[in-house]
Amino acid sequence: MSRSGVQISVQDLTHRYSSRGPVTFDQVNLESKPGEVLAIIGRSGCGKSTLLHIMAGLLAPTSGSIRLNNIEVKEPSPKWVMMFQAPHLFPWMQVSQNVGIGLKFANFAEDKIRERVEKTIKLVDLEEFAESNVQDLSGGQQQRVALARSLVMEPEMLLLDEPFSALDAFTRASLQKDVRSIAKSMGINLVIVTHSIDEAVLMADRAVIMAGSPGKIKEEIMVELPEERTAQDPEVQKIRGHLMETFRQASTATH
Amino acid sequence: MIDKAQESEGFAKTWLIDRIAFPVIGFAILIGLWAIGGWFLEINPATSSFVKFGLVPTLKAVPGLVESGYVAEHVIASGYRLAIGLFLAILIGVPIGIAIGLSKITEQVTNEPFQLLRMVSPLSWMPIVVFVFPKWDQAIIFLIAVAAIWPVIYATAAGLKKVDPAWFKVSKNLGASFHKMLAQVIFPAIAFDIFTGIRLALGVAWVVLVPAELLGVSSGLGYAIKDARETLAYDHLTAMVVVIGIIGFTLDTIVGVLVKKYSWQKDV
Amino acid sequence: MAAEISTAQTSSAAVDVIVMVLRRLFFSAVGLGILFALWWFGGWLLESNPATMSFADFGPFPTIDAVPYMVQSGTLLDASQASGYRLGIGLLLAIVTGIPVGILMGRSKVFRKLSNTPFQFLRMVSPLSWEPIAVIAMPTWDQAIIFLISMAAVWPVAFATAAGLAKLDRAWFKVARNLGASWWDILKEIILPAIAFDVMTGIRLALGVAWIVIVPAEFLGITSGLGYTIQDSRENLMYGDLAVTILAIGIIGFLMDGICLALIKRFSWHRN
Repeated sequence: MSRSGVQISVQDLTHRYSSRGPVTFDQVNLESKPGEVLAIIGRSGCGKSTLLHIMAGLLAPTSGSIRLNNIEVKEPSPKWVMMFQAPHLFPWMQVSQNVGIGLKFANFAEDKIRERVEKTIKLVDLEEFAESNVQDLSGGQQQRVALARSLVMEPEMLLLDEPFSALDAFTRASLQKDVRSIAKSMGINLVIVTHSIDEAVLMADRAVIMAGSPGKIKEEIMVELPEERTAQDPEVQKIRGHLMETFRQASTATH
Repeated sequence: MIDKAQESEGFAKTWLIDRIAFPVIGFAILIGLWAIGGWFLEINPATSSFVKFGLVPTLKAVPGLVESGYVAEHVIASGYRLAIGLFLAILIGVPIGIAIGLSKITEQVTNEPFQLLRMVSPLSWMPIVVFVFPKWDQAIIFLIAVAAIWPVIYATAAGLKKVDPAWFKVSKNLGASFHKMLAQVIFPAIAFDIFTGIRLALGVAWVVLVPAELLGVSSGLGYAIKDARETLAYDHLTAMVVVIGIIGFTLDTIVGVLVKKYSWQKDV
Repeated sequence: MAAEISTAQTSSAAVDVIVMVLRRLFFSAVGLGILFALWWFGGWLLESNPATMSFADFGPFPTIDAVPYMVQSGTLLDASQASGYRLGIGLLLAIVTGIPVGILMGRSKVFRKLSNTPFQFLRMVSPLSWEPIAVIAMPTWDQAIIFLISMAAVWPVAFATAAGLAKLDRAWFKVARNLGASWWDILKEIILPAIAFDVMTGIRLALGVAWIVIVPAEFLGITSGLGYTIQDSRENLMYGDLAVTILAIGIIGFLMDGICLALIKRFSWHRN
């Protein structure tokens, strides 16, 4: 896979749930370069999850547009997939069937499906559970299945809506690391929505802070760190401190 | 304060819409369809002898049937048989269900014979029971009981299986006697399942009651249906069908309320 | 060594399974044996009392004696086929109307609220009370019986389908759309497998009610079917034939119920 990702451009995006209702967010502009990992940080209620749903084509914007290399996102597509807070696996399917379901939707041939599913299950370290019932897996393993289910489609952009928030600290750390390295190796753009500054520092190349009501992009910080990141690293600590301070200022300014 | 008042007003409004408006409109649609059906019978000369099946003749027949005591007489006769039959089914079914729920061996020994007996359509016992029992009334009660006992048995057993064995340990630990345990732990734990079983039993008993009363007796809702047909009193026939529906609906709703009252599981 | 241990383990597991199956068979045999003994005792009581002696054919041995005639003459097979046809069509109609109605109830709040009371009312009209109307409305008795069966069986199917849909996780639809599922994909891969268990549970209940309804429905107007055979043997005082028919009804019902139960297990994905 020698792809290098896509240029994402979000232009003047505005959203309100109903014509008389309040504006969720207003005139959001974002650019993300090919292969970048972008984190969107914000408190709950700032509209970041809605923004992600629009980027996945699951919700329609009130105005504005999203383009990936000049292709406009208007509806859901295997090219831009999203992972949710909960894995939402299909409990009547085994792990491998869950992973392959998107390829089945796209009418791939049986053997092609098997081949790609096998490869993806290996990528997320679940080989020994391929035939398991998903209800027997731990929360972290289930979220790995959900990750594989998204990755098997070989998307250009993977959107993550706080997918690790329900996991314990160890599981979360290993998934954060794995998701970033897999995305880098496959050349997939990642957009992570999170309220955790640690998660942003450990995973992202760049972080934007969203705050206010209606939500707006307030600040933007480059996270220039080596691939190997641990929370104790002084460099990580330094950026974390900087991000924390900026986040505090951005969110108090509007309140 | 104002918020709360508004909230309760809103609550009352949705309650009124959900509980009154929707059922009334739904029922009105059903009655409207019936009226249209009656109208079709009327305009077609070939079916004009069946006009009395329509809404208007039936509604006209109702007051007379009620005032003469015809409805009450047959409702009481059927109600008596239904009540005794269901009572026997519960009285015998609950202990058997407890035995099946508590002992694996009882469960395995009774499984095939009970499933076999359960799947003998109740009315096929009819020829046998009419000479076993001296009275037709008793035969009908037996048929109702034999149909209604299975849901009671299996719901009770299923309820006991869900009981957490730790509850027995805890209550023993707290010094409960066997009698106390039965009254305070086992019964409340399985009451929901027993009432669910009784609701199913009522449904089956209601299905069995009408054909059981078609033969031999001269009282009851089944007899009233047969009588109306034989005398070609089609308006009486439909009126009795409506009475059967209303009573069944009322009984089912009452048991449904009891099921809800005894439900302690959050997702039910 | 390792291989030896693992064969030893699998063979001991196989022994466990065999022991379990034998235990199960033993208890079933004991249970059926008790039933048979009770039957025999009942027959003996009938026989030993002069007042009931004429009914002694209800006992197990006269019944067994009647089996060859009932089978060879084709009486049992013809009756089962006639009833099976009516039951099959009746249930099929109940399923093809019940599932869409159930889906409508599950998907549309307005339809559910509007239909609930009228449907509960219709459900609680005892099916056999429709008989006089069905006989007049339908051109043949066969069709009237099929109508009665459908009328009884449609409610469990519809309500179980609606209950199954109510339990669906809305997020599954979002995930499926997200992965590029078409409307048809969602129906075929998500909705149907998710509710198959509930629909099958409803069909099992429907079969139970239909089986209750079919016998009295066949008491009148027709000259075929298990209900008719019951009526006919009674009128001709052929109590052995009557008992064989009752036994056949039990066995056929038991087998059909067993098939439904196996299908329910097959479609179940719930963990308790």
